[in-house]
Amino acid sequence: MIQPQSVGVVAPQRAEFTEPLALRSGGTLDNYHLVYETYGTLNAERSNAVLVCHALSGSHHVAGTYADAPHNVGWWDNLVGPGKPLDTRKFFVIGVNNLGGCYGSSGPNQMNPATGKLWGADFPFVTVEDWVESQARLADRLGIRRFAAVVGGSLGGMQALSWALQFPERVGHVAVIAAAPKLTAQNIAFNEVARQAILTDPEFHGGHYYEHGVVPARGLKLARMVGHITYLSDDSMAEKFGRSLRHGRNTYSYDVEFEIESYLRYQGDKFAGYFDANTYLLTTKALDYFDPAFEYGGNLPAALARASADFLVVSFTTDWRFSPERSREIVYALLHNKRRVSYAEIDCPAGHDSFLLDETRYHALLSAWFDRIEV
Amino acid sequence: MTSYRYDYDVITQWIDPGEKVLDLGCGDGDLLRHLMQVRQVQGYGVENDPDKLLASVKNGVNVIQMDLEKGLVGLEDGFFDHVIMSLSLQAMHNTQGILHEMLRVGREAVVSFPNFGYWRHRQSILNGHMPVSESLPHQWYNTPNVRFFTIADFDALCEMNGIAVRERLAFDEGKLVLEEPNFLASVAVYRLGRGR
Repeated sequence: MIQPQSVGVVAPQRAEFTEPLALRSGGTLDNYHLVYETYGTLNAERSNAVLVCHALSGSHHVAGTYADAPHNVGWWDNLVGPGKPLDTRKFFVIGVNNLGGCYGSSGPNQMNPATGKLWGADFPFVTVEDWVESQARLADRLGIRRFAAVVGGSLGGMQALSWALQFPERVGHVAVIAAAPKLTAQNIAFNEVARQAILTDPEFHGGHYYEHGVVPARGLKLARMVGHITYLSDDSMAEKFGRSLRHGRNTYSYDVEFEIESYLRYQGDKFAGYFDANTYLLTTKALDYFDPAFEYGGNLPAALARASADFLVVSFTTDWRFSPERSREIVYALLHNKRRVSYAEIDCPAGHDSFLLDETRYHALLSAWFDRIEV
Repeated sequence: MTSYRYDYDVITQWIDPGEKVLDLGCGDGDLLRHLMQVRQVQGYGVENDPDKLLASVKNGVNVIQMDLEKGLVGLEDGFFDHVIMSLSLQAMHNTQGILHEMLRVGREAVVSFPNFGYWRHRQSILNGHMPVSESLPHQWYNTPNVRFFTIADFDALCEMNGIAVRERLAFDEGKLVLEEPNFLASVAVYRLGRGR
């Protein structure tokens, strides 16, 4: 046992691809690039690679910090590192910025090679399946035939599940955390409110706002505010903010009165300052489209018959965005197919966001599960 | 509790190689691990205690978190060859419900429980104290057990619910009891089926 440590200073890498990628939407990306980071060392047998898939606003920066930005800590740094549950002394861990993202991989804020201009709204729709396909090509490039594990939370969990279906022979273990086999009408409804906030922002300019030197910050802020409500639980909001008043009394104005208003505005403004609106639109659509059972007439057990990986499914008691019931659907469908699966429902008050925390039982479970993976 | 429980041997005898087995209240997964090794079963445990669930994951068995008091919702009818509940029935409120559920999702159910009618337990009550023994190791104030019943009581319950007792073995702290089990046995292990 060692004290858990940071992977330290890391640097993103970039891989160019020239073989066209056919997309589910019918479009094609003739050439594209992916930005990624790796932690740990690929062993001689190339059998210890673990892919970490990111959620809506995540990136390839999973762990560690940057030399020029020591406070920019990876989004799942509490999970990945020497002595941490996903131990980089044993595993070679990879984080990839998904296609359509805004952290350097081909996406709306990157150059369209065909026009020499930024893609903007012309970047094609991408799906979870497209991401997995592109991640598989990156694996080819890195000489990884088979991942020891693919893991992810939320939308990242959907990619992990999709890996088990698209490339069953290329993944040994899959962890699907705080995810769902598809979105409900309510989930899509929240996404649609977020999209409308962006699409109706006067500075959206049909997605070509870069050319106008503006960003639809107001729309993106509203989108994030709505999203944030769904990430937290009623209890955690009550605990954190309750009905606390900024000025200790009602001021009968539309300025910030309740602390929760202040929190949401702050989160919204912060997010609008660094995230890309087109990426937000594309990513919420990818969430909405994800439904591996669709082509099986809605029969999830039939859809999961292809999977052969050893699964861990985790949900959180207070997650109402993707509730434990949604995770259980995945568990029962795997059970139907006699697949190896373990399932835990973690008692954590933080709602959907729980998957990013280092709650003791949650991380102990992940540690135990990663420990039992032979590389 | 010892890490090895003698009801495991009986249960193992009743399981054929390669069966699909569900172990309710699987604890640290030792029984499942044993059945995987000697019977190559496709085994799944059910556990609702986070520490035990973690122990099962460490033990390398499949374990699913579920509250048994809510039944086995989501599991398919007749999916398992055997559904096992080893020394846990007495800790459940919904006794009849879980027995029904076990025989819904399983072809057969295997149940073991401490016999409250064991002579030492009766003696203890006669002496004015709640029994504490190898099979009932807790004090009255900290026991996880919520149902106290005898072999005779369980037979009557099966009869009342149309549950077939296919086989029953009774033990006095590890030794097989053939005569007067309700008086002489501390633990009973049943193999149950649907109908009479």
